[in-house]
Amino acid sequence: MSGFDFDRRRFLSAATAAAGVVLAPGVTLYGIGAAARELDEPASADIRWGLLIDVNQCTEDCDACVTACNEENGVTGHGRPATDAQWIRKVRVRDPKTGAEKHLPVMCQHCAEPPCVDVCPTGASFKRADGIVLVDKHICIGCRYCMLACPYKARSFIHENLSDQKPYAPRGKGTVESCTMCVHRVDAGGTPACVEACGEDGNGAMLFGDLNDPGSEISRRIATYATHQIRGDLGVDPGVRYQNL
Amino acid sequence: MAAKTKFSEYRGWGFGYLALLAGLGLLVLAALGAAWFMEHNGHYVTGMTNQIVWGMPHVFAVFLIVAASGALNVASIGSVFGKTVYKPLSRLSGLLAVALMVGGLAVLVLDLGRPDRLIVAMTTYNFKSIFAWNIYLYTGFFAIVGVYLWVQMERRMNRYATAAGWFAFLWRLILTTGTGSIFGFLVAREAYDAALMAPLFIAMSFSFGLAAFLLVLMFACAGTGRPLGDRILKRMGTLLAVFVAAVLYFTAVQHLTNLYAAEHVGVERFILLEGGVYTTVFWLGQVLLGGLVPLAILLLPGIAGSRTGIALASVLVILGGIAQVYVIIVGGQAYPLVLFPGMEESSSFMDGAPATYAPSLYEIGLGLGGVAFALLMVAVAVKVLAFLPETVADSAVDPHHTDSSAAEPIAAAA
Amino acid sequence: MRALVLLLAVLAIPAAAAAQDGRGFGPVIPKGKGEQCVAETDYMRRFHMTELTHQRDETMQRGVRTKRFSLNECVTCHATTDSAGRPVSINAPGQFCASCHEYAAVTIDCFQCHAAKPGDGGRAGLPSPFPMTAAANPETVQ
Ligand code: HEC
Ligand code: HEC
Ligand code: HEC
Repeated sequence: MSGFDFDRRRFLSAATAAAGVVLAPGVTLYGIGAAARELDEPASADIRWGLLIDVNQCTEDCDACVTACNEENGVTGHGRPATDAQWIRKVRVRDPKTGAEKHLPVMCQHCAEPPCVDVCPTGASFKRADGIVLVDKHICIGCRYCMLACPYKARSFIHENLSDQKPYAPRGKGTVESCTMCVHRVDAGGTPACVEACGEDGNGAMLFGDLNDPGSEISRRIATYATHQIRGDLGVDPGVRYQNL
Repeated sequence: MAAKTKFSEYRGWGFGYLALLAGLGLLVLAALGAAWFMEHNGHYVTGMTNQIVWGMPHVFAVFLIVAASGALNVASIGSVFGKTVYKPLSRLSGLLAVALMVGGLAVLVLDLGRPDRLIVAMTTYNFKSIFAWNIYLYTGFFAIVGVYLWVQMERRMNRYATAAGWFAFLWRLILTTGTGSIFGFLVAREAYDAALMAPLFIAMSFSFGLAAFLLVLMFACAGTGRPLGDRILKRMGTLLAVFVAAVLYFTAVQHLTNLYAAEHVGVERFILLEGGVYTTVFWLGQVLLGGLVPLAILLLPGIAGSRTGIALASVLVILGGIAQVYVIIVGGQAYPLVLFPGMEESSSFMDGAPATYAPSLYEIGLGLGGVAFALLMVAVAVKVLAFLPETVADSAVDPHHTDSSAAEPIAAAA
Repeated sequence: MRALVLLLAVLAIPAAAAAQDGRGFGPVIPKGKGEQCVAETDYMRRFHMTELTHQRDETMQRGVRTKRFSLNECVTCHATTDSAGRPVSINAPGQFCASCHEYAAVTIDCFQCHAAKPGDGGRAGLPSPFPMTAAANPETVQ
């Protein structure tokens, strides 16, 4: 079947060129994924994708990241807040002693030691080589044990039939899902939709990058400033960090 | 003196028996209908949400699974601890154990988001998951209890009964530890993060299992017209009291140790004081009706040992058990996850707010259907195979029985 | 986008015509776009499920994003449009995936989750990670 070989290099260079053009203005603001892999190359364990969120930049009234995520992944509500899926949400944190308030987005924290992965009976919850924690919805049986195990309430169960899903974000009744760090964009050399929207329409509070690469913007910022992992005391080592929390 | 016990099938086709089958069958059908409805529409038609992800079906399923391993105790006491009095009861005990387990697992499976992928659940394993180990523990339970029943029923194999009994006993201890650990391993949930979950579940299984066994035994003997001795019943009643006390003890220890650890004080306040329905269910359902009242009925001189008393106490233990599992499963989830200790949280995703849960009829129907299915299996099995002893009269089963020795102190077997 | 719809409409005509021809026995299968499938037709008939499952695991678990056996690509080529030019779900009765499966009494759940109509792969204005124009595909298949 060699006659059907695809010209992936040609496709790839076109894709990276396009990505470069569009992303160039925002590069310093929200970073850029490492150079796109070739299409047939699996995710690499040399990389650990992560996010850094500067809480001081994040304001109460802005929900650019949430809107962008919903749009990108086709996450629409059914007017039933208790059962509607939320991949990313804005959380208000208030210190009862001082009254000081912070607002920050919380999504799957892409732990290095994810409890959801440990408990999943079928192995549908898994951590990809590059650190992105995903649900393989093809073998998810909908037992929801991962939702009990997650310290961040990051997961949602699909409670009803869906239609008109996005081609790159298949979703369906009876399975559990959560933020995928926009794995389809990352694989093509892009950044997650929330990060991009935060840079363009929001306050530039989010930074995406490779935590394993000491030269990356995110690694340098983490090395310079004090950052916080939510429930870091649990030892799960989240890949999402917060600055000025 | 105790002669070799004779077992026989139930041969009648009376109206009562048929009505029992029909009633249980209807409940099972209703449960299947409910399950189909939930799967067809999706879980939004239930009371479950993204906050309370395990609801009423899990309460019933966990209760049944816990009771299943406990129902096997009567058999274990007979073969493992050599109490010959219990030997005539060991077949029924094994049967009830398997039936309750099947009922519980059926409920669990029918509540999955994708029950059609059961085959995936049985072929793809994540060996780190305590849930996956449990699948092995349950399968092993069926196999081992099956063998145990077989060596008891097949005369040539009788001599292996003690060995099989030991094996089954150890297995069921591991199994309940596994069930308890499903919750014990959830480090992020304040309510569950305790090594004490496993021993608590073992105590619960002893108590719920024996209560279920007592009711089934009394019902079966009355229904098939087989004599059931007062003394043997009283013995089991006393044993039940010991188990109920053990559950109360472990519950107390669980909450006291949690109160000691500063980080768990919040969830304790919630369950013990401020949790609304969960607090009520805990104190009224679990502690009072499911613990103190049956304890009184079983121990107070005068009522202790009466048939009605034992039956009533068993019913209360079962209801209290369901209440207890409800508080553990639903109450534990209702208490909000703490993302930022010491801070107040709020969001559109209900962070920081106790979750509410109103079980739907479908969920309750599915759970009751699991119970009905277990009982239906027992009702059919005693008809096709010789599970029931022909008599459980004191004179027939108790080697030490003489009518004058009624005052002899009763040794609780465990 | 308009060009895409137009193109789809044009391509749908021969597909519909082919469907009307019938083939005597067996199911009536709407014809795909372009000259050939991503592998020999006979191979596809017999082994598309194996290839799809393999691709599924490669993409999902390892992040391999080759396009050849991607389900999205099947949809781009094999979905048709109705008389008004609107795309029709590929798994609707009589449509490509359903046509054979109804005949062979196979049910698939893929399109409970996967988009059954061709569409854009991302937000307008963003670099589409995998450009999904119908035009791009026949070209890559040569
Ligand atoms: C470039 C467009 C294109 C793509 C992409 C494509 N196909 Fe096809 N496919 C075709 C064409 C054209 C035919 C008809 C070939 C023929 O008639 O010999 C065809 C035929 C088939 C057939 C045989 C139908 C019959 O008439 O018996 C099957 C099955 C099939 N494709 C499945 C798939 C699957 C599954 C995928 C995705 C992995 C896919 N195709 C992707 C264009 C495509
Ligand atoms: C419960 C939802 C769900 C169901 C049902 C489902 N998938 Fe998927 N599928 C997904 C998700 C989520 C992805 C990951 C998408 C991504 O990362 O781009 C995916 C990706 C894939 C991919 C790789 C991406 C692509 O388009 O090539 C293939 C192939 C695939 N699925 C095939 C199937 C097949 C075949 C079936 C039916 C037997 C199926 N899926 C059923 C959710 C589902
Ligand atoms: C040429 C007829 C034909 C067409 C067109 C076709 N299929 Fe199939 N498909 C079959 C047959 C026949 C089987 C059953 C094979 C078997 O059981 O061995 C099957 C089985 C499958 C299976 C495995 C189902 C299971 O449960 O084992 C999947 C997945 C599948 N097809 C996906 C697709 C998709 C997606 C399309 C549309 C892009 C498609 N098929 C189009 C004939 C077809």
